[in-house]
Amino acid sequence: MGERLDRSAGVAEPSTEQNDATSGRAFGSSHPMRSINRVFHGRRRLGVGALLGAPLGWMLLIYIGSLLLLVVSALYRLDPITQKPTHELTNQNLIAAFKFWDPDVWPAIWVFFRTAAVALLVTLLCFLIALPVAFFVAKVAPRWIRRGLVVALLMPLWAGYLVKGYAWRAMVSPAGGRFAAAGQGDGGFLESVFGWTPGFGRMAIVVALVYLWLPFMILPIYAGLDRLPPSLLDAASDLGAKPFRTFRSVVLPMLLPSVAAGSIFTFSLTLGDYIVPQIVNNGQERFMFGTIINATLGAPNQPLAAAYTLWPLVIIILYLLAMKRAGAFENL
Amino acid sequence: MKLSLPARCALAGFTLLTLVFLYLPLAVVLRLSFNPAKSVSWPGFNGYTLDWWRKAWEADGPKEALINSCKVAFVAMILALVLGTLAAMAMARFQFFGRSAVSFLMVLPIALPGIVTGIALQNTFSRTIDLGLFSFRVGFGFHSLVIAHATFCVVVAYNNVIARLRRSSPNLLEASADLGAHGSQTFRYITFPLMRSALLAGGILAFALSFDEIVVTTFTAGSGFQTLPQWILANFSRPQNVPLVNVMATFVMVVSIPLAYLAQRLSDSGTD
Amino acid sequence: MRKAQVAMALLASLSIVAASCGDDEKSDTTAAPTTEAAPDDTTGDTSAPDSTPTEVDYMWTPNADLLAGAEGQVNVVAWAGYIEDGSTDPAYDWVTPFTEVTGCAVNTKLGNSSDEMVQLMQSGEYDGVSASGDATQRLISGGEVAEIDVTEYSSYENIFDGLKLQPWNSVDGTPYGIPHGRGANLLVYNTEAFADGAPDSWSVMFEAGSAAEGAVSVYDSPIYIADAALYLMTHQPELGITNPYALDQTQFDAAIALLEQQASLTSQYWALYTDQQASLEDGSVLAGTTWQVIVNLAQGNGALIDAVKPVEGATGWSDTWMVGSNAANPNCMKLWMDWIASPWANAQVAVWFGEAPSNAVACTLDGMADHCATFHAEEDDYWSDVWYWTTATEQCLDGRNDATCVGYTEWVNAWTALRA
Repeated sequence: MGERLDRSAGVAEPSTEQNDATSGRAFGSSHPMRSINRVFHGRRRLGVGALLGAPLGWMLLIYIGSLLLLVVSALYRLDPITQKPTHELTNQNLIAAFKFWDPDVWPAIWVFFRTAAVALLVTLLCFLIALPVAFFVAKVAPRWIRRGLVVALLMPLWAGYLVKGYAWRAMVSPAGGRFAAAGQGDGGFLESVFGWTPGFGRMAIVVALVYLWLPFMILPIYAGLDRLPPSLLDAASDLGAKPFRTFRSVVLPMLLPSVAAGSIFTFSLTLGDYIVPQIVNNGQERFMFGTIINATLGAPNQPLAAAYTLWPLVIIILYLLAMKRAGAFENL
Repeated sequence: MKLSLPARCALAGFTLLTLVFLYLPLAVVLRLSFNPAKSVSWPGFNGYTLDWWRKAWEADGPKEALINSCKVAFVAMILALVLGTLAAMAMARFQFFGRSAVSFLMVLPIALPGIVTGIALQNTFSRTIDLGLFSFRVGFGFHSLVIAHATFCVVVAYNNVIARLRRSSPNLLEASADLGAHGSQTFRYITFPLMRSALLAGGILAFALSFDEIVVTTFTAGSGFQTLPQWILANFSRPQNVPLVNVMATFVMVVSIPLAYLAQRLSDSGTD
Repeated sequence: MRKAQVAMALLASLSIVAASCGDDEKSDTTAAPTTEAAPDDTTGDTSAPDSTPTEVDYMWTPNADLLAGAEGQVNVVAWAGYIEDGSTDPAYDWVTPFTEVTGCAVNTKLGNSSDEMVQLMQSGEYDGVSASGDATQRLISGGEVAEIDVTEYSSYENIFDGLKLQPWNSVDGTPYGIPHGRGANLLVYNTEAFADGAPDSWSVMFEAGSAAEGAVSVYDSPIYIADAALYLMTHQPELGITNPYALDQTQFDAAIALLEQQASLTSQYWALYTDQQASLEDGSVLAGTTWQVIVNLAQGNGALIDAVKPVEGATGWSDTWMVGSNAANPNCMKLWMDWIASPWANAQVAVWFGEAPSNAVACTLDGMADHCATFHAEEDDYWSDVWYWTTATEQCLDGRNDATCVGYTEWVNAWTALRA
């Protein structure tokens, strides 16, 4: 589209003088907009620059700049008496964050790897749930209900992160037992209705995270399935493939970019999340790496917290690049 | 492809189960906001009261937090719309070196976990930046929140606008140029009306995103400012305030979901 | 197009609401407990002084110079329960009278641990802090807080001598804050679970076989390592620990080993006081390390608990109000510090929180004699086995010169590793 615009802009240029008089909507020759237009006419780079300048500048300066500053801040030594970062450079924090074969360092890094495993698990669970649901809505459900279903599936996405975490806490609160004060300790929804609850703990964390990110996975998969031309599926069955074979060999490979797009959110957001895990965990253990980072920041030990942050930062950027190659970015 | 009836029924059932899974916890919170007791246990169908809604309306804390959230979300939305639209227009109209890097950059603030973004921004805002002639410190407060929120809301506006621009026929722009309209006229009379509903949709989504955000907010808000999610986080574990948290959580839900629906309808309608 | 117009109208009205909604630059409510909660039972202590504003003699005259320069608000970092404005319990409000007299609105930021308070003060966003002894030295050496001029504080002269110019609130004879009060970390236990006999030793938290096994609640902060060291002082005297904050590597490792053993008995590491309060109320925690204010609040909601200082002694805290060196509202902060240390207010907070007041005159007020006796405000020998929170340094705090002690940064690392 950019090329066509340039061509048409080139075509229009010689006749601008005529249009002054003939076109009722043209600017007068001394109008400032004309001079501005003239500057940008045909000068593609300038057009790009003017448009992109503000947003790109903002992102680079404020966001990338902050990330770089963060990395640099990990190099500062923490004064042990005042517990404030000094301006002396040291690799102490990087060692404390990355030398995972050191038994003093390993426990925190183990939490990171465990969190990454949880992120992969949540991604997998979201995928396993989203796929049949999206397939049903895109391909099986009758047309008239399709729109309503899509809306219904996506609306919880907007209920609010904290609201959903808190809602899950209300679901899994365990009963207190016989030592509870009067009127207390009846437990949340699951406990009072079904008599059973996973309680606060690791399972509740995983379920809550799946609950939070599921719509993020449903949406791109649905969009991907929607774009799948039905003729492709018909062709496959014409060639004799049973539905499952069609699914496995035709649908799934074509869905890869969509799944990659969905997995960006489920993996990345799980990796750094610590608030909802705390809400459904009642402070019983530090399961997620984000809690370690936050606790270190509050120690206060900002340089070490910054060093810890490098783990998710690097891993996620690598993951994003990998997903980009899988075509995820066309589907966001 | 044709699936057997049992397969179709199984899929339908699974979808129904998923819908229940998605909506049940929200329904529980909604129900609890009308529950006279102060606990989180399920009260069944007995006992409804509007008392907590009234108390939430009268109390200063949640109201002030709500207003703060609205203010931040509104300004962040405007900023995000402006920046996102500019970027989308550049990306849609021109081919240039570094396109994919730009789209990567746009997505980064929302794809990186909130804690990374939050700590990075907090680190920057707390420093005094010395530029030789003058030095300044961003500090914390309403402005730092707006900057932080606008940064991760840009991609929402960007996505909506660029999707619309890609969907619209380039012939319109050609025709406009053929009729002698200059760049800014084309924008004013053709491009902008095309984008209008996408802008609205993107704006609404950006507003909802900012309204609901908590992680980056805890790092960039500072001492004197409290948004509604911060208020909920500060109060959900206090036994006395649990009912009010129920009310505010319900309120957030009840406001955000229709807004998102509206945005969805708007972004779909623009192609007519 | 109609849809777009409707949406435009919606957005416009939203923006009007947002824009016209606030001239609330100055909030005159505290930021933390800001709701009018349903009235709870009072904490059961009927000896609280009368708190009706118009009839009470607050026994305090604000310093005229400070009052003249009062800024209208103050942002304070404080422990839960130190700044009450009646929203938790209408009978306990020492903020409203203060604001009426000085015009300073009080905005409270709750600190859940000393570490958090140090971090908050380092941000430079706050005017002052109620710092425990393990925060004060870090704040002083970091330059976060300023020394005080005692002539500006009319309440200072009535502070107990045993609290003035102590290692945690002064440097070389220069005071850095106003003492607030002191208390011990207590052992809370469920009276039903321990119906056979109330516990009197920390062993219910460290050894298997007690009625609370598996339902123990531990304070989630590196400073808790001192509690383990305290236990070892009595139960493993061969280690030679004389001060739970002065631990050489061997002693430190022993304390960590004890904590690792404790982990299997623990069901909760509490960082927010509300978490422990809720768990005490619903019966999921049967014993733990606690503050009296949590016990009071939980008992007010019907929890069947009681608290005791065990025979081994306890860690504790002697808190100091300090003013930030770059405070935006220093006059209001100093007025607050003077107010909270004045007899009436000091007595109020001592009763609410459950601690010994710092102002000697507070003990002479109506009904305070019992409270001061219960909390040993005037008995110095009660505090001889209470080890106030102190920042551990490599220079051993017990005076040893032949050993290097483990510094607090290492305490933090060890705690992170333990909790991971």
